[in-house]
Amino acid sequence: MKARGNAERRLAWLLCAPAVTAMLLVTAYPILYAFWLSLFRYDLRFPQHRQFVGLDNYVSVLSSEIWWKSVVNTLIITAGSVAVELVLGMLLALLMFRATLGRRTIRTVILIPYGMITVVSALAWKFAFDPTTGFVNALLNLDNAWLTERWSAFFVIIFTEIWKTTPFMALLLLAGLTLIPRDLISAARVDGASAWQRFVHVTLPLMKPTIMVALLFRTLDAFRIFDTVYVQTRGAGNTETVSLVGYNVLIARLNLGLGSAVSVLIFIGVLIIALLFLKGFGTPLTRQQGE
Amino acid sequence: MDNRQNRLEALLWSGFGLLVLGYALIPVLWILSLSLKWPADLNDRRLIPARISFDNYRAVFEDAQFPAALWNSFGIALLATGLSILLAMFAAYAIVRLRFAGKKLVLAGVLAISMFPPVSIIGPLFNLWRGIGLYDTWAGLIIPYMTFTLPLAIWTLSAFFREIPWDLDKAARVDGATPFQAFFHVIAPLAAPGVFTAAILVFIFAWNDFLFATSLTSTNDARTVPAAIAFFTGSSQFEQPTGSIAAASVVVTVPIIVIVLLFQRRIVAGLTAGAVKG
Repeated sequence: MKARGNAERRLAWLLCAPAVTAMLLVTAYPILYAFWLSLFRYDLRFPQHRQFVGLDNYVSVLSSEIWWKSVVNTLIITAGSVAVELVLGMLLALLMFRATLGRRTIRTVILIPYGMITVVSALAWKFAFDPTTGFVNALLNLDNAWLTERWSAFFVIIFTEIWKTTPFMALLLLAGLTLIPRDLISAARVDGASAWQRFVHVTLPLMKPTIMVALLFRTLDAFRIFDTVYVQTRGAGNTETVSLVGYNVLIARLNLGLGSAVSVLIFIGVLIIALLFLKGFGTPLTRQQGE
Repeated sequence: MDNRQNRLEALLWSGFGLLVLGYALIPVLWILSLSLKWPADLNDRRLIPARISFDNYRAVFEDAQFPAALWNSFGIALLATGLSILLAMFAAYAIVRLRFAGKKLVLAGVLAISMFPPVSIIGPLFNLWRGIGLYDTWAGLIIPYMTFTLPLAIWTLSAFFREIPWDLDKAARVDGATPFQAFFHVIAPLAAPGVFTAAILVFIFAWNDFLFATSLTSTNDARTVPAAIAFFTGSSQFEQPTGSIAAASVVVTVPIIVIVLLFQRRIVAGLTAGAVKG
């Protein structure tokens, strides 16, 4: 019996080893390396000037206006897109749940935004809002240069994000809806609860875990936003996000030391968001996922 | 009375269906329309092209950049998918079927990676890849894609593996099959639909990535479609590349639409299996 348990354990680790090794090598090791690099003045254009500077890079980043502006911008985009996605996604999920007609067709076309390459959807909407090429101005009878002004640029970016990811949100919520026991809803109906009351007092509480999972993943995704902003504005007009700052310092300016400090700070930001959400869950997420 | 109500309901649902159809398809039709416009009509701001031309498609395929990017995208995404699914299959089997200390640790690790911000490691990877010669190669992209899709693959596969009847596995073991044999001859065929679903999701992820593709490649050797499209320039510096970009966009959206049409059910099941049921 003991021997079998041992064999089972050995096999389990043998089977997990490749995946675990890959994940450690490509994430844990580089993030530690990023932390190490962030302690140096290290510019790839002047590699001979590499020098240990302690936490100086963090001081530079945290005292720079660019960084804090990008944090604010990222939070604006995250809050704006996730809030609308949740409401719109819930609406879409409820309608899809009830739909008696064309269920299959709806579920199929809704996957197109999800599957479309983010760069392509960002370009499509960029061209659509473009004052010389696009149809949006013509349609609304406007003459806006949408992407050159900060708030209208945010509008286009958030709009694109919402278009692209609401279907994912809706499908997750729909799956949560189907897990709710029908008896509970009909019992509430018998008790005389209105549709709105049934939704608020029965459906919503039962869907809390699903909503939290969907919110967590969408929030983290939105916080890491890069593709859409890069394609639509490249951060011009004060629309730069933290990922864009990281990319620019690292890849465009080749400043590995400073860029790594930005990387580590973004990592910490993600960590904070994740911890806040995990605290919000009733049960630890790992247990939910595992058993 | 009843009949009229039914008709009204059908009308409402059709309206809702059309709304969703418009929502999903307008940007697609829009780039299709842009890609078919004559260069002179590009700025007419019309949703529907007045005259149709296929010159943009000819242009993107005659250019060296786009066909190379298409080849890179397919190759890299397929190889990353294959590797990711292979590793995830082993891990998911262990997680679902076997009891071992440290399972929680593995799951926590998987969860952590799924939240990991890719932008945090592009600097170190850029530096490492240049050091060991992986910069601007297929492998240089396959490795991060494989890793970042492992959580998705492991979750999806675990959710599907959990549905497979235990007894068959046990029966095979009783009949003298080793755990490895039980895996390959009994579980693998039953798991095939789940494996296929996970593969579709992983492929879509790898096909979509832009951040690694721009950071870790520089030439046609490994540059994938999203990066190539973002850096498109016209054939001459005076020409707006909008038409070519639109044509290229349509070409890379077609495979996604085909996948979605063929495997709608599987994609929905896979997307929701990991997050809700699991």
